[in-house]
Amino acid sequence: MEQLKTIGRELAMSSQGGGWAGQSKEFLDLVKSIGEARSKAEEDRIILREIESLRRRIAEPDVPRRRMKEYIIRLVYAEMLGHDASFGYIHAVKMTHDDSLPLKRTGYLAVTLFLSDDHDLIILIINTIQKDLRSDNYLIVCAALTAACKLINEETIPAVLPQVVDLLAHSKEAVRKKAVMALHRFYQRSPASVSHLVSNFRKRLCDNDPGVMGATLCPLFDLITEDVNSYKDLVISFVSILKQVAERRLPKTYDYHQMPAPFVQIKLLKILALLGSGDKQASGHIYNVLGDMFRKSETSSNIGNAVVYECICCVSSIYPNTKLLDAAVEATSKFLKSDSHNLKYMGIDALGRLIKINPDIAEEHQLAVIDCLEDPDDTLKRKTFELLYKMTKSTNVEVIVDRMIDYMISINDNHYKTEIASRCVELAEQFAPSNQWFIQTMNKVFEHAGDLVNIRVAHNLMRLIAEGFGEDDEGADSQLRSSAVDSYLRILGEPKLPSLFLQVICWVLGEYGTADGKYSAAYIIGKLCDVTEAHLCNDTVKAYAISAIMKICAFEIAAGRKVEMLPECQSFIDELSASHSTDLQQRAYELQALLCLDRQAVENVMPLDASCEDFEVDTNLSFLDGFVEQSIENGASPYIPESERAGMSSVNNFRSPYQQEASGHTLRFEAYELPKPSSIPVISQVSISAPTADLVPVPDMTYYRESDQASKISSVAEASSADIGIRLRLDGVQKKWGKPTYSSSSSSTTAEKATNGVTHVDGGVKSQSRDISHDSRRQQSEVSSEKQKLAASLFGASASKTEKKPASTHRVAKGNTANAERSGVTRAVSPEISKAKVAPSSPPPDLLDLGEPIMPTSTPTMDPFKELEGLIGPTLTPASLDNPATTSGPKAPDLMALYTDMPTGSSSSGVTLASGDAYSADKSSSLAKSVPTTKKGPNPQDSLQKDATARQVGVTPTGNNPNLFRDLLG
Amino acid sequence: MALLLDRCNDSYALLLLNCRQGKVRLTKWYSTYSQKERTKAIRELSGVILSRGPELCNFVDWRGRKVVYKRYASIYFCMCIDVDDNELEVVQIIHHFVEILNIYFGSVCELDLIFNFHKVYYILDEILIAGELQESSKRAVSRLIDAQDSLVEMAKEEASLIRSMIAQVTK
Repeated sequence: MEQLKTIGRELAMSSQGGGWAGQSKEFLDLVKSIGEARSKAEEDRIILREIESLRRRIAEPDVPRRRMKEYIIRLVYAEMLGHDASFGYIHAVKMTHDDSLPLKRTGYLAVTLFLSDDHDLIILIINTIQKDLRSDNYLIVCAALTAACKLINEETIPAVLPQVVDLLAHSKEAVRKKAVMALHRFYQRSPASVSHLVSNFRKRLCDNDPGVMGATLCPLFDLITEDVNSYKDLVISFVSILKQVAERRLPKTYDYHQMPAPFVQIKLLKILALLGSGDKQASGHIYNVLGDMFRKSETSSNIGNAVVYECICCVSSIYPNTKLLDAAVEATSKFLKSDSHNLKYMGIDALGRLIKINPDIAEEHQLAVIDCLEDPDDTLKRKTFELLYKMTKSTNVEVIVDRMIDYMISINDNHYKTEIASRCVELAEQFAPSNQWFIQTMNKVFEHAGDLVNIRVAHNLMRLIAEGFGEDDEGADSQLRSSAVDSYLRILGEPKLPSLFLQVICWVLGEYGTADGKYSAAYIIGKLCDVTEAHLCNDTVKAYAISAIMKICAFEIAAGRKVEMLPECQSFIDELSASHSTDLQQRAYELQALLCLDRQAVENVMPLDASCEDFEVDTNLSFLDGFVEQSIENGASPYIPESERAGMSSVNNFRSPYQQEASGHTLRFEAYELPKPSSIPVISQVSISAPTADLVPVPDMTYYRESDQASKISSVAEASSADIGIRLRLDGVQKKWGKPTYSSSSSSTTAEKATNGVTHVDGGVKSQSRDISHDSRRQQSEVSSEKQKLAASLFGASASKTEKKPASTHRVAKGNTANAERSGVTRAVSPEISKAKVAPSSPPPDLLDLGEPIMPTSTPTMDPFKELEGLIGPTLTPASLDNPATTSGPKAPDLMALYTDMPTGSSSSGVTLASGDAYSADKSSSLAKSVPTTKKGPNPQDSLQKDATARQVGVTPTGNNPNLFRDLLG
Repeated sequence: MALLLDRCNDSYALLLLNCRQGKVRLTKWYSTYSQKERTKAIRELSGVILSRGPELCNFVDWRGRKVVYKRYASIYFCMCIDVDDNELEVVQIIHHFVEILNIYFGSVCELDLIFNFHKVYYILDEILIAGELQESSKRAVSRLIDAQDSLVEMAKEEASLIRSMIAQVTK
């Protein structure tokens, strides 16, 4: 009887119609109990119990199919709540094989939610997807296409691609649309596999169905982002489509809040922005329609504003037009003046785009911007900081960076803290008005965001302190250094300094702590020992500290004073001598050894203030020549240059056919493509130098070789690094100041002090821009009101137009030329060394490696990629030629057809769209017939019923009113 | 409750969250994440979103991406998007989705979404594919009704099955 009751209840519920039909009491109870769970722990307990029971029951033999469907849905539920239901994946896969559509759909839904595209089970679904794509029932085809979007990966694309392409011509627009989206997805996964199908997207643009046309815009947007120039011919078509959409030529069903197909409009505007960017002619076609859209803009609804915003983006992206700019500025100011935070946010964003074209636009809105800056809304505030970052110049850098640092201190979000810290650093490096200010700012950044900052920043700071102004007088430099030392000694008193900052402090104290004679050596050494005790430091800080101590001792000895070892210093040295880190040990022993040397030797080992000096690296390793000659005389085989090695390696290949076969295999799941330029020569060299492989039994050969090579590659690469690219390897290696100092002593005779000014490019240029800023700063005017003052400091004094963008490019360019100059100068100074140098482009590694390598190395690192491109380039072309039938044959006429089809004026495409209109009118009339029977609009009785059911099931809705969205949706 | 939708690598992700307890009602991920990453993301996001006041804007920065959220009664609909997406548009995509839900369920309420989460997934699959808006017409509803029809047929079958069972039992 009890059983009967539940059955009756189920029946009652299933008759509720739109309610929750078709699920068992058990499942409803589960969902209900989850809904009522008081804590996460309770929820977890319930779900774990559920998973256990499902695991048992799903494995039972002969589970009825409908029951199985529910189990799968329950698994989806468990997985959605963050639990592992992997034991059921295979059952979901099986369910996709089912013939019944509801079950199949459930199966597909479950697998798309369960499996990632690299899951092993995917291979079991491919066949089903292939079969379903051929199905007569378009709903099954749709389900399969939806699943394909999620599940098909790069390797399996070829398995379904032909069928999906065929479906582009399906009679149902829903299928065509999904096929377009699937191809788009394939393109995202692997552009090469569908690159020959690009013309299909162009064709779909003229589809009768606006939905298909709208969907086609997604892949086209991606394609155009990749390669703008191939699609310039479509500008006119896009413009005319946009025009017609805006003129309400699309079916009414596409209207959204009285706007005609706004989502399509936005997508089109995005595409036009790309096409018109920097292209005067293309932009010319766009002006008209944009002007119309501004004029007719609907700013009372959200969606209207979204379209207006997109128009502004488009205006700021295409070739500037004064009229449109004015309209955009006006729209932006409307956004900024709005009460809605959303619109203010969009306004700030739009302003950030517009000032790229004309920086003066910001001035008009200064007060609005300041309001946003002080808004309690964090998102808005951050957006405003982004805007300020974009409009920073040397006149307002101090105000902006101060504000940023204050905000940085106030937040906890590490991700954003890192970002804003790096922005502060960037702005400070670019626009700093004085070195003093720069150091203070950097100190603040390090203190509050220390370990989040890039290590390069620390190196830059150290270099700046070491070099000072570069060409300026020594007096200012030493003043700068002693002020830095002062500030660091003060900061050391604070608890919990980040390790990176401690490194900087130790280095500066070691280098300049005793330079001005204000502090005694013992005092500084004492402080340095304190550093390692007071702060929990890692080995790097300790290394910096002991090296600093060593330098101070060396300077003392060189100056003829006797060094008194403090007890705490002695114990520090003892501690490090027994350290697990060999690096620390070595430094400790070196210090002890140094203390025993006489004055002359110490002066040579550790010259005073030598941190800025260059030393040369002999990349040719010419000092080994004697050794090489001797070895050859003793019978060693001579070194064969890479270029001459090719022939030999091919001979070698023929000896091991297995190797080739393995590499030619098509289904390679693990692509171990090492960086090509270096690995190819290395491998061939290995096969020459490692004949051991020949001794191995044939069947195992490939495997053995692979692992053998892998291990060899590293050693060989190391050995021949001089040949393959010493530059690349250098910047990966962490450098400490100690060792280079040593090598500098050997080369300090050749590296002239005179090169200093020229060598350190960054410093020189930076100080130049700083000089400019000094002058312009004086022009700032004082205004009474605090806000106006802030506004003035941010926006005012625009007289000096040192904009960021030009400044930065200028700097880079200058850096490069100066760089070239520099190698020239060094060569002139030391001709005998330049003879030995092979690659003039490789700069001699800076003594301290204070971030300097970044600019020079960026050029060499580009080269391997170019080579790579060169390697890939020719192979691509044959790949696309693989399908001559599909690419060149029928495609060409298609393209022609496309061109003739493409609307040249609005009239011809008006016909296509109008026909679409008629078509959908038919459609909507048939729809209207079916709607009344199935659709149940919002109606109070309904919701009452639903409420009653809810109570019957025992769920109390969390919202007060179960009719939740009614008020919102009207 | 909340609905989370994550759009990264050119795709949205979606999350439904309960505003009271921060309970997740529905998630849809368009890129691959491990279960652990998902849990962490949901925890972080619900913390950020639930703590925001009603007057503030509907966007939050989150790990270098943006999350657009909108509250409907007790449910937050959240969508994670790329930095260069149009936020206002995404708010409207969410609204579009809610309107379609409303048409489908007939004045939709939280319970509809809880008990019919699989249907919500179906609807979502019709509106967004791989995170791109694929259908901006509510005519998508017609297709949904088509699909639903077959489901209803099945429910009818089930009901008749039960009826015959009852008939057998009561005999």
